[in-house]
Amino acid sequence: MSSETKQILTTDGIPLEVSLKKAERKNKIKAFLLVAPLLFFLIITYVFPIGDMLFRSVDDKMVTQMLPKTFKAMENWDGQELPEEEVFAAFHEDFIKLVEDKREGKLSTQLNYTKNGFKSIIKKLRRASKKFEEGNYKEQIMAVHKRWADVEYWRAIQRRAPEFTGQKYLKGMDMYVNEEGKIVSVEEDRRIHRVLWLRTLEIAFFVTVFCFLMAYPIAHLLATLPMKYSNLLMICVLLPFWTSLLVRTASWMILLQQQGIVNDFFVGIGLVADDNRPEMMYNKTGSYVAMTQILLPFMVLPLYSVMKTISPSLMRAGKSLGGTPFIAFWKVYFPLTIPGIGAGCLLVFILAIGYYITPALVGGASGTLISNQIAFHMKSTLDWSFASAMGLMLLSGVLVIYWLYNKIVGIDNIKLG
Amino acid sequence: MALPKYTEPHYRIWHYVYLTICGAVFFFLIAPLFVIFPLSFNAEEFLSFSEGMKSLDPDAFSLRWYKDMIYGTKNPWGLAAKNSFIIAIFATIGSVILGTVAALGLSSRHMPYKGLIMAVLISPMIVPLIISGVAIFFFMAKAGLAATHTGIVLAHIILGTPFVVITVTATLSGFDHSVTRAAASLGSDPVNTFMKITLPLILPGVISGGLFAFVTSFDEVVVVLFLAGLENTTIPIQMWTGLREQLSPTILAVATCLIILSTLILVTAELLRRRSERLRGINQ
Repeated sequence: MSSETKQILTTDGIPLEVSLKKAERKNKIKAFLLVAPLLFFLIITYVFPIGDMLFRSVDDKMVTQMLPKTFKAMENWDGQELPEEEVFAAFHEDFIKLVEDKREGKLSTQLNYTKNGFKSIIKKLRRASKKFEEGNYKEQIMAVHKRWADVEYWRAIQRRAPEFTGQKYLKGMDMYVNEEGKIVSVEEDRRIHRVLWLRTLEIAFFVTVFCFLMAYPIAHLLATLPMKYSNLLMICVLLPFWTSLLVRTASWMILLQQQGIVNDFFVGIGLVADDNRPEMMYNKTGSYVAMTQILLPFMVLPLYSVMKTISPSLMRAGKSLGGTPFIAFWKVYFPLTIPGIGAGCLLVFILAIGYYITPALVGGASGTLISNQIAFHMKSTLDWSFASAMGLMLLSGVLVIYWLYNKIVGIDNIKLG
Repeated sequence: MALPKYTEPHYRIWHYVYLTICGAVFFFLIAPLFVIFPLSFNAEEFLSFSEGMKSLDPDAFSLRWYKDMIYGTKNPWGLAAKNSFIIAIFATIGSVILGTVAALGLSSRHMPYKGLIMAVLISPMIVPLIISGVAIFFFMAKAGLAATHTGIVLAHIILGTPFVVITVTATLSGFDHSVTRAAASLGSDPVNTFMKITLPLILPGVISGGLFAFVTSFDEVVVVLFLAGLENTTIPIQMWTGLREQLSPTILAVATCLIILSTLILVTAELLRRRSERLRGINQ
């Protein structure tokens, strides 16, 4: 049919199909040009820097560049016995150069990440190297400290030869590559990161559950009350939502402190003795209570917007067909609210898993989350590559939930206020 | 919520239990905010109610901490407030312009790869702030913008635009595109059409997006903690430092001011939302 029918032409003599396609393309370009400024702004200032984090987290050029001759000489070394004089001489040459540039401190910090004990022996080597005589460096270096004669330490240096490494990710899961090149876990009492990951998941999970249990009844009440009452009660949800996070955290710090109002109340009703006031802040309890209250509006709002659309006649129909109010609720109303539950729970979980400010202020040592650890490495230890690695591990978890959220709810359906 | 007369007793009891639960949750939500008000007028240095306050003795109340907030020696709040407002205003302007223009493109039915682009544009709202903070810090440090107002404003534009994009696309979803075609057929060019026809109609959405962007910037502390130097201190940074070191009643005075500010913003946002819903014919 297509080949035989006469082509429809526009007034300019161009085939209609071509002309329409051209117009369509023009519209597409127009729409894209409107989005382009923001899209490129975000790609440059936000998406690329996150990619930069990925690069930083695996980048291990520092040591490679500090000891170029050593690693070259080590290429022929099998790692069984102590290396030959050639390696020691190359190491000495690299080391003297580092001392001249005053960079041997950085080397010791870096090597100490790989194996504990490098800090002191590098300091000793720096002092001794000033009196080194030319030739036979193996003997001279080994004489500085017995660890320099230990093959383990030379293997540790060799492990830093590659330019890229996944060891920061392993460290984030409390694992490392041992002397035989196998991936193993650190000793049980030093597994701090696994504890943090689990605690982050635990707190995010329970905060989500608490928020759900509290938000469901009030969202239902707000959706079923007449407008004039529900608008008033809605303020109770929206005012905390719009109030500064720090203000809300501050009020919890006042309420939960040992001489605070909550404790006063417990003493007043005789629940606890005055001299035995429980510690409710600077621990997990503090994180739970404050985070639940702060994230509650994010659960109420999606639930409310779904419940608002459920017609009350459905419940009446359920009851008229012989269901008790509970059965009508469970079989009719509850299934209809599941999209709202999904949206609310995913939103609260995403927000809770990356929480930083509130746990840092009211969480103490036992209530801090993985975010606090990331901030600690960014600001205190300055191990930015480790902070990047942990950040990306957290991010990949969040992106999985974001993807789920998009599948279930659709990002176009996010509602605010 | 009145119960019908024929309700059986155990459902009646359940109903009152339900209302009590709801009341308790509302109390849990709102009560913490109201603790701050009276304590900020405390005449003493303690952060709990003194005996005088409990018996409503006028001498137990004072404006001491408000005076300290405004006139206190070496007080950081003046500079912090100035910085916060400057940063938030510029960040809001930037977010509103970029976000609104992008939303216009996104709601066009010709937009290619809509889902993917939307996901990128919304991502700063979803990605945990600590990760955004680290990434933005790396960028600003490389660009030489760390510890400058410009850097912080740019960072807050990144964090604020998703809110503008969401509210404006929501408003545009109820927008009747035949009015812009009518304008075009009457000889108006696209810019003129936007300024005279589209913008007035979507203004409630734009303003409420702007309010979100403003609050996001005004309240943001995680990213600023990475970026700010001493000169760029903001109200949230000062509160954060204060809360970490020593909880002083001056912070409560500041907090009270912030609650009043957020109440004003809430009222504005609610009025706008209702107006916008009326215009879209939702509540008819």
